[in-house]
Amino acid sequence: MKRKYSPARLREAGQGYLFMSPALFVLLLFVVGPILYAIFLSFNDVQLLGGTSYKFVAFENFAKILDDTRAKVALWNTFKYVVIVVPCQTILALILAASLNAGLKGEKFFRIVYFLPTLTSSAVLTLIFMWMYNQNGLINNLLSMIGLPTYNWMGDPEVALNAIMIMNIWSTAPFFMVIYLAALQDVPDSLYEAAELDGAGPIKKFLYITVPNLRPVTSFVVIMGIIGTFQLFDQSYIFSGGSGGPNNSTLTVVLLIYQYAFKNFGTMGYAAALAFALALVILVATLIQRKFSKEESLY
Amino acid sequence: MKKRNIGRNILYVILVGYAIITLIPFLWALSSSFKTLEEIVSGSMNFIPKDFTFDNYKTIFVEQELFPRWLFNSVFIATVATALNLIFNSMAGYALARLSFPGKKALFVTILAVLMIPAQVTMIPNYLILKELGWLNSYQGMIAPSMINATFIFMMRQFFINFPKELEEAASIDGLNRFGIFFKVVLPLARPALAAQTIFVFMGLWNDFMRPLIVLSDPNLFTLPLGLNTFKGQYISYWNYIMAASMVFTLPVLLIYAFFNKYFIKGISFTGGK
Repeated sequence: MKRKYSPARLREAGQGYLFMSPALFVLLLFVVGPILYAIFLSFNDVQLLGGTSYKFVAFENFAKILDDTRAKVALWNTFKYVVIVVPCQTILALILAASLNAGLKGEKFFRIVYFLPTLTSSAVLTLIFMWMYNQNGLINNLLSMIGLPTYNWMGDPEVALNAIMIMNIWSTAPFFMVIYLAALQDVPDSLYEAAELDGAGPIKKFLYITVPNLRPVTSFVVIMGIIGTFQLFDQSYIFSGGSGGPNNSTLTVVLLIYQYAFKNFGTMGYAAALAFALALVILVATLIQRKFSKEESLY
Repeated sequence: MKKRNIGRNILYVILVGYAIITLIPFLWALSSSFKTLEEIVSGSMNFIPKDFTFDNYKTIFVEQELFPRWLFNSVFIATVATALNLIFNSMAGYALARLSFPGKKALFVTILAVLMIPAQVTMIPNYLILKELGWLNSYQGMIAPSMINATFIFMMRQFFINFPKELEEAASIDGLNRFGIFFKVVLPLARPALAAQTIFVFMGLWNDFMRPLIVLSDPNLFTLPLGLNTFKGQYISYWNYIMAASMVFTLPVLLIYAFFNKYFIKGISFTGGK
């Protein structure tokens, strides 16, 4: 190992750092540095008047979370949202992918159409849905046409979060569908042929071949879904004009963090503590998911 | 054989049904953007406007004089940041795949760890750091933090690990140095990976809502999502204008998609943990 400091190796190391330098700069200044800074913030009372002033308060910010009713409401809303949206979008994505993969005509057309929501920004989609959710908008008109009850989608605290759930299942499922589609290419045809010889119909083939073979991908899709849904923000913000209303019904954890950090005065340290709490919740949720699916391969 | 036909029909019902569900919001928005205000308010359900009009599009560009500005800001920030991402992510991915230097492993682990940390944790300190730098309300405040992307550094590393070494060796015999090899030989051959990256990074930046919301407060510097949100606040219930603005905003991404369609699906399976 004497060659360790040979000129060629030194030069290669220099080149390595040079190639890494832009990434290093951003990582240190905007990722690693901020994480340490966030830890510091979460243990301080932060005031933003003129300059930034800090007062060390130890675990007070974290303790405050337990007494904060809005934090509880936000966590409950987010939790409901995750528990409903993740399974729905996963199952929908799987069904769509399997249908697309059956080799019917027009597959390409359907694929392009299904992908539209993934391309469109959350701001645009939210506005389009707000327009459709209007009191005498398209959705209520369609509902009353087929004799179903109509709702005050955006004004009624009982349904506002559901309105966001429907919208987001619709807009995220196609993205996961594409991941499933790619994975379906790897399921060996011989399995389906063997099942056909045994007289299995399409539904049996789906349940006993497609679903089990896609398990590692499903695990990945669910974890991505959990991470994404816990961070719901854009839609709630635009839907409620930043308030999380009506009556806190669309208040999510990230929206609450945003409000404490940038809208209220003197609660930035508390917001940082909330952000860590959220990171912890996401971590625990993904760990639980992994335990359940017993799948080690992907992450 | 009859059974198979039934199965096929059920599949078509699923596919067509879902295509309709996907398309209705877009068609409805598109049709609303060509309707007059009276028709919007009347709550009619026609998908074809009674009085077809371009006025909404004209109005949003004339009345809201900042609209072209927002469009420019979005295009500028997304384009510059995407270009920087392509270069910097590839450079970092190449170094991690091909060059040996002390601390490489630690760096790679750090980049993987970064992927797991929710953006909300770094959001607040990022705001304070940009404030210290005087970069709030500036293009660099939007671009600098987003000019690399851990996901795509990782993806490029995977790409370069499988890249044939012989090509580089041949180039170095021809007298090219490391940078020459990278920019003249390696990068041009990485085009498929770069194309996939372009779409995802551009889309992410173009559609981002949270960062501009935090970094930008001067309406002159707003990007389109933020402008759109403000616009909605000013023109509540003028859904014809809001829908026209939404359509203008959606078009560029659709064009890019049409252009790069081929690489898109590939890119997803790339990022999809494969």
